[in-house]
Amino acid sequence: MAASPQSSNLTIELATHGSLRVVRLLGEIDLGSSPRLRQQFLALVEDKDPKYIVDLSGVPYMDSSGVGTLVEFKRKLERRRGQVVLVGIQPRVRSLFEITKLDKFFVITATLDEAAAQ
Amino acid sequence: MKTRELFQIDLPSNPERLPAFREELRAWLVHQPWDEHQLCDIILAVDEALTNVIRHGYKNQSDQPIYFTAMALNGDGEPPGIEIRIRDYGQQVDLSKIAGRDLGDIRPGGLGVHLIRAMMSSADYFHAPGGGLLLIMRKSLNHTGRSQE
Repeated sequence: MAASPQSSNLTIELATHGSLRVVRLLGEIDLGSSPRLRQQFLALVEDKDPKYIVDLSGVPYMDSSGVGTLVEFKRKLERRRGQVVLVGIQPRVRSLFEITKLDKFFVITATLDEAAAQ
Repeated sequence: MKTRELFQIDLPSNPERLPAFREELRAWLVHQPWDEHQLCDIILAVDEALTNVIRHGYKNQSDQPIYFTAMALNGDGEPPGIEIRIRDYGQQVDLSKIAGRDLGDIRPGGLGVHLIRAMMSSADYFHAPGGGLLLIMRKSLNHTGRSQE
């Protein structure tokens, strides 16, 4: 597991779940932290066979800049025939996706095992 | 007789300041009669408004002034709740163009104003004297916000 350098209030960890690659986010995603997350996502998009799970169970707060960063990640993955599944979204964060109707745009599961089955 | 409590703070347009400010705002709001959902609605709406100021008003300059005032409303002639004013000296835009994007047009960005209007009872932008924008947001105590639907 590799952790990105600590800055702002978001930690980004790259891990695996079986054969799947997981981006585990810990902390708040806002205007201050989303640019670093975006840079990480842009690097991951360049990988071969870019299929990812983004584990949001450690994210208690997200604003529209975080949502936008995830939308961009999914769009870029789709252009490379990749995919992303969001896992473990906390209720408060999930309401953001519902209000913006992005809960229909993303594949969202409760657990990593469910994500792996997608 | 009106009872009003004020929370006033001058902020720099620095995104790194936002997490601590959200905590300061929460610490003030918990002394008001909001439930947890409403409290989170207010914090998100304020965060989105400040994000818009930094991104669009100040073009990501991190050292520009933002004047924030929150006022608890609990008196005659107005419903109990909160009024929040956010004033900047950034670029003035056509007020009619301050709107959330069509939610069917899925792309990054364009959601901040949509979320503000979903979380608050009202949100009105004005061109401020001397430049910049003034945003006045209100939320009444009986406003649940769309996060609870």
